[in-house]
This record gives sequence, structure tokens and C-alpha cells, in this order.
Amino acid sequence: MKAKLGLPQDKITRARELAAAIAAPVQDYIDRHTTVTVERATLRALGADGVNSDGVPVPNIAVESLKNELQSGTARRYVGALVAGGLEVDELNTQITAGFDLATIEPPDRAEVEKRAAELVDAFAARVTGHVSSRNAALAKHRENEKWPMLYLIVATGNIYEDVKQATAAAKQGADAVAVIRSTIQSLLDYVPYGATTEGFGGTYATQENFRIMRAALDEVIEQEKRYVRLVNYASGLCMPEIAVMGAMERLDMMLNDSMYGILFRDINMYRTFVDQHFSRMINAFADIIINTGEDNYLTTSDAYEKAYTVLASQFINERFACNAGLAPRLMGLGHAFEIDPSIPNCFLYEMAQAQMAREIFPECPLKYMPPTKFMTGDIFRGYVMDAMFNFASAATGQSIHLLGMLSEGVHTPHIQDRHLAVENAKYVMNAIKDLKDDIEFRKDGIMVNRAREVLDRTITFLEEVAGTGLFDAIEQGRFAEVKRPKDGGKGLEGVVKKAGDYWNPVEEMLRSRTGVME
Amino acid sequence: MEVRPYGDTLDDGAMQLSFTLPMTDSATAREAAKQLVLKLGFVHCEVVHAAALSEGFTMFIAYGWTQVSIDPDQIEVEEGAVPELMGFDEVNKFIKERLGRPIVIVGACTGSDAHTVGIDAIMNMKGYNHHYGLERYPMVEAHNLGAQVENERLIDYSQEVNADAILVSQVVTQKDVHVDNMADLLGVVESRGVRDRFIMIVGGPHITHGLAQESGFDAGFGRGTYAEHVATYVAKQLVERSV
Repeated sequence: MKAKLGLPQDKITRARELAAAIAAPVQDYIDRHTTVTVERATLRALGADGVNSDGVPVPNIAVESLKNELQSGTARRYVGALVAGGLEVDELNTQITAGFDLATIEPPDRAEVEKRAAELVDAFAARVTGHVSSRNAALAKHRENEKWPMLYLIVATGNIYEDVKQATAAAKQGADAVAVIRSTIQSLLDYVPYGATTEGFGGTYATQENFRIMRAALDEVIEQEKRYVRLVNYASGLCMPEIAVMGAMERLDMMLNDSMYGILFRDINMYRTFVDQHFSRMINAFADIIINTGEDNYLTTSDAYEKAYTVLASQFINERFACNAGLAPRLMGLGHAFEIDPSIPNCFLYEMAQAQMAREIFPECPLKYMPPTKFMTGDIFRGYVMDAMFNFASAATGQSIHLLGMLSEGVHTPHIQDRHLAVENAKYVMNAIKDLKDDIEFRKDGIMVNRAREVLDRTITFLEEVAGTGLFDAIEQGRFAEVKRPKDGGKGLEGVVKKAGDYWNPVEEMLRSRTGVME
Repeated sequence: MEVRPYGDTLDDGAMQLSFTLPMTDSATAREAAKQLVLKLGFVHCEVVHAAALSEGFTMFIAYGWTQVSIDPDQIEVEEGAVPELMGFDEVNKFIKERLGRPIVIVGACTGSDAHTVGIDAIMNMKGYNHHYGLERYPMVEAHNLGAQVENERLIDYSQEVNADAILVSQVVTQKDVHVDNMADLLGVVESRGVRDRFIMIVGGPHITHGLAQESGFDAGFGRGTYAEHVATYVAKQLVERSV
């Protein structure tokens, strides 16, 4: 999109430099540590799967049994057990569920273990690159029915089989991306549930089998509608790397992936989740999966007019961490939202300014734009109009991923007709203003240009403060979303381990080499 | 098999309602709204919004859950006069090939009826809602006599121009005046012994094919029908009768 706001390029560059300065010490920490879920994800990539009779997943059993040597990585013991026992992964997994303790096996010849590991890593890599190819082929095949912004709809019944019905209906109604909201508690689980699930609270558990079921259902719709429909799920929480691996293995297309969200809004320990985020983002990069980030949350908890700069600051920081993990800009679905108090005069102009600014600062990123929620009430008719204004702002500023607003947002989780109405609203508005974004300019000294400049300036000031204190301290001091999180607090710190000199992770090595991430 | 409204789960019976009560907004008014909904057969109701429209009027938005159901297998839907519709080009081609001459249709609003909106929509060149009127059809000779035409005059004219079909528009139905008018017209046609010469068609917003046939007409056309419905019906009838 042509730059229209006249934003000073030197300031944008400065913001990026500050983001890099903020990320650097965090990246340094990340590179020197591993976590229980990074190790579990590594084992999953190597083939560890299944649960014991108590529902404890094999990767959890394995990592728990090796908890005194996580600093060296868990791959050596797992692959070592395969080599020593002459086993296939299914057989070893079964033995682990029966109580076999990986720590009791002396790892055999190093060269043999590394050779076997290479085979397993290659198999994983081939599976993932196969999915990348088939996705690209399907996208190309149905390119003419592709639309931008892509319409993103959510389903969440708690029962994956009901979700399939709703997702199929949503896709046929016009959704280009379907996301399955997870059971509320899942962010806080330090394991990933196993198998198809039919009960959940406020959503459906993310499990590998649920991914597979939904993927198959959407693939059928793609054939029928001749339009690619992306499957989206949520990685955030204590198992980001594992969910990323599962998504890569089952050909998900987009993943919510944002440590800042986990820290600020789910009280996950910051050290734990930054290490997890890096590993999971490398997987996403390798699997060509678009990440979505959760900047909308800044606006739902704070005043959207006053705190717009925190959204832009977070976008710069997320961009930097994504880059460090090998993600290309086209895979960075940085987030923002339409949440300004609708009673403020010119609120729409401020939304336009923010959306246009994000578009210009991140020209290649598939920005994710989220609908009004905070000021949605039981007045569903007013809600429908607010969603129309949101649809207008989105299409007028060239947003990429458009999360459809529901008129019943303030009342309940969407009824099937609510989704239909949402799609009709977007189709009408977006067709009516199809080429508006290429036809409009902004008054040089007008409200929107000045607002964008002001937000950018405020963002730089904020980034300077954060760079000054360091990111961990800034979070502890409550600089983000007015939420204070102690560095040693939150969930999951005990699962962080410093890598020893002999740390070995063949999956991580493969990811680094394939994504070009330097150590 | 019974069918219930579907919110987000099969058989949840969820419906969205909005209505206004002539009451000033208050806790009592909201409770009244809720209880009214429950009285309508809903087992559960939530009033999610109340908006004061002006003094003494409040609009409510509510969701209700009902156990009332319907069995689609027990429902009979009346079939229209034209189960297989031909479009403008198709029907003109059909008339040309199968009849070899234009069909003659005379239309009017009869008796005291002055509302020509309907007959104009079917007959005038411009037609209605992008559906051309019969005057536009190359293979139709359309005569629109307009409003308040007496039945005797309508039949005289139709005999003069050798009409194939007579199209009578009946918009006004208060006190069933349309039924009387329709019966009267048929009386004229029959007393002249020319019932078999004309395809008698009646149309209007409250007319159905069933009602028309019960009244002795050949066909009836109601809401959602256009010139092509009439043309298709008449053309097919003429072909059938010529065999």
C-alpha cells in the first residue's frame, strides 16, 4: 500500500532499532535455556506420542523421568532407547506408557544415536515440508477465489464433532479462516490433552487428533467451494512449542503465538514463555504457518484511545522476536483492534489512523484486525452497525486477516445465524468499497495524519523507556497493560533449565539451519 | 421428525426477538417483557437490552428458548401454476417454434378496482424488478386496458382482438370483493358461451393458484410472480390444447 500518512521514515527505523535493543538481551537468555515443553516438543517431533491409562502424555512421562538431566536435552535418551532396544517409536511409546523409565537406559554409541536421530528428524521435516507444498498447491489452485482481507470466523462448542459442523457451515458461508477457540483452562495446562474431545469449557481442547479431524473436514469444504480455508488454533500458554509441532504435523495454517499475552493476561512466567515462544516460532517459520499476535488485549483492558501506543510498541517487539526465529514478514500476522469508546467524537477517524499506520509500517505483514468487543452490548442492532464501521475501516486500510465481528458479541457465543449476518455485513461493505483504499488520500495536516504521528512519537518514547529498563523489568513494573508481573512469579518458571555444554537437540539444529536462525 | 429453532446446538430452540411495549423503561417493564415472552410458549427468556424510545415506549431485545417444534413431513405446500418456469428468451423461442404466431393477452383491473400497479408490472414494457413486461415479448401481443374496466367491456374487447388469455388483476380484497368480481366475470364469459375460447387468469397480492382454480379460473398468480410466469403458463396451455 502506498504510504499516505507521511510518517517520518527515520522514526520508524528508530522504533525498529529500539525493538532490536529490547529483544537482544531476551534473545540471549532464550538461546542459553531450554524448558520442559521445548523438550516435549522435541520428543514429539521425533515421534513420541500417546498417553498412559491416567491420561498423562508420553512426552510428559519421558521429560519427567529425565528431569535431572534436562540441561543436556532429552533427545539422547529417547533416541538412545530406540537404538538400544532395536525399537520403532510406536513400540517405545507403548513401553513408556507401561512404565519404562528412559533414565535407566544407558545411551549406546553416540554416532548411532545421532544417525537414528537424523532419520527421525528428516521424517519430521519431510512431513512438514510436504504439508507446505500441498498448502501452496491448494492456494495456487484456488487463487481466483481468494479474497482480501480474509474473513476469519470462530467456532467453539467444546465438542470437536459439533465444531466440524459449525466450521463447515462457516466456511460455506464465506469464512476464509476458521479458528477453534480452546477450552479456557488450556493456557494453564502443562501438558497437551490427547485424542478427540467432546467436552470443554468455553471452547474445545487443542489436541493433535482434534487438529486432524478439523483439517480433514475443512479440506472437503475447500474441494467443494474451490476456495482455500485456513485452519487456526491457539498456541499460547505453557505448551507453545508442543502445540506448534502438532500444528505443523497436521497442516494448520495459522497459530496464535504471543508470549506477551501469556505473561500479561494469563500470568505465565516471562522467562518460561519467551524461551517457549522462540522454539515454537521457529517451528511455525519452518512449517510456513502464519503467527497471530494478541495486541487486541491491550485495548480491551486499557483505554484504547490513550493506550494505542502500546499496540504499536508490542507490534514492533513481536516483529523483532519473530524475525529472530526465522519468520518472514509475510508470516507475521501482527494484531490490532477497533476498540475506541464509540461515544468519543471522531472515534472512527482515530481507528482509521491507527489501522492505516499499522498497514504502512508493516507493509508485508498479514495484519490481523479485530472487531469491537468492549463496547458491545445487548443492543445487537447497534452492534451490527459498529461491525459495519469496523468492516469499512478494515477494507479502507487494506488489512489482511479480518476477524469478523458478531452482533451478539455482548450477549453470547455466536448463534449460527449471527455468523451468517456477520459475513453478509462484511461482504456488502467490502464489495461496496472494494477499491476505496487505492482511491483515497489523507489531508496532509488533518486529524488522522496528526493522530498517527502522535501515536508513533508516543510509541518511540515508550520503547526508549522499555529499552532503558529492559523488557523483564518493564513488565515487572507494570509498563504493559498496567499489569505487574514479578520476574520469578507466574506459572512455569520451574520448568526452565539452563543448557549445559553438552546440550543436544537435533530438532532445534534442523530448525535453525532450515530457517536461517543464527545461534 | 420434529424441528426446532437452532441457535448453536441442535434442538436448543433459541430465537432472537425484538418488540416494543407501550411502557416507560423500568425494572417492571423489563420483567413484563420477559414474562410476555414466556407466555408465548418460551420456556426460558433473557431480555438483553431495553431502549427507551420516548416517554411511554420501550424497545426490548430478547432471546427465548422454546420447546415448540414443527414436523415438516406433515406440511403441505400449494404448488403454483408454473412448476417449470421459462425465461424471457426461452418462452419467446417456445412460442415461435411450437405455435408459430404471437399469443394475444388482454389484461385489466376490473370492476371498481383502480390499482394498476400489478397489471402494469406484468404488462408494461419496463415490467418490474428487471423482469420485462409482456409488451416487451416479441411473441406476445399485449393489450393493457388499465383500471376500472367493466367485465362486459373486457370480454367484448377480448373477442375483438381474438385474445388467447385474459388476465384480470384483483388487488382490493376487503370484504372479499375480489371473489364477487371474479365470479361476475366468469358469469359473463359463460353466458356468452365463450368460456372455452379464453384462458382465464387472475392475479394479485392475495391471489393463489389454489384460490383461482377453486373460483373457476384456469390459473392464479400471486406474490413473487412476473410476466414470464404468465407467458410460460399461457404458452404451455395453448400447446397442450392444440394437441
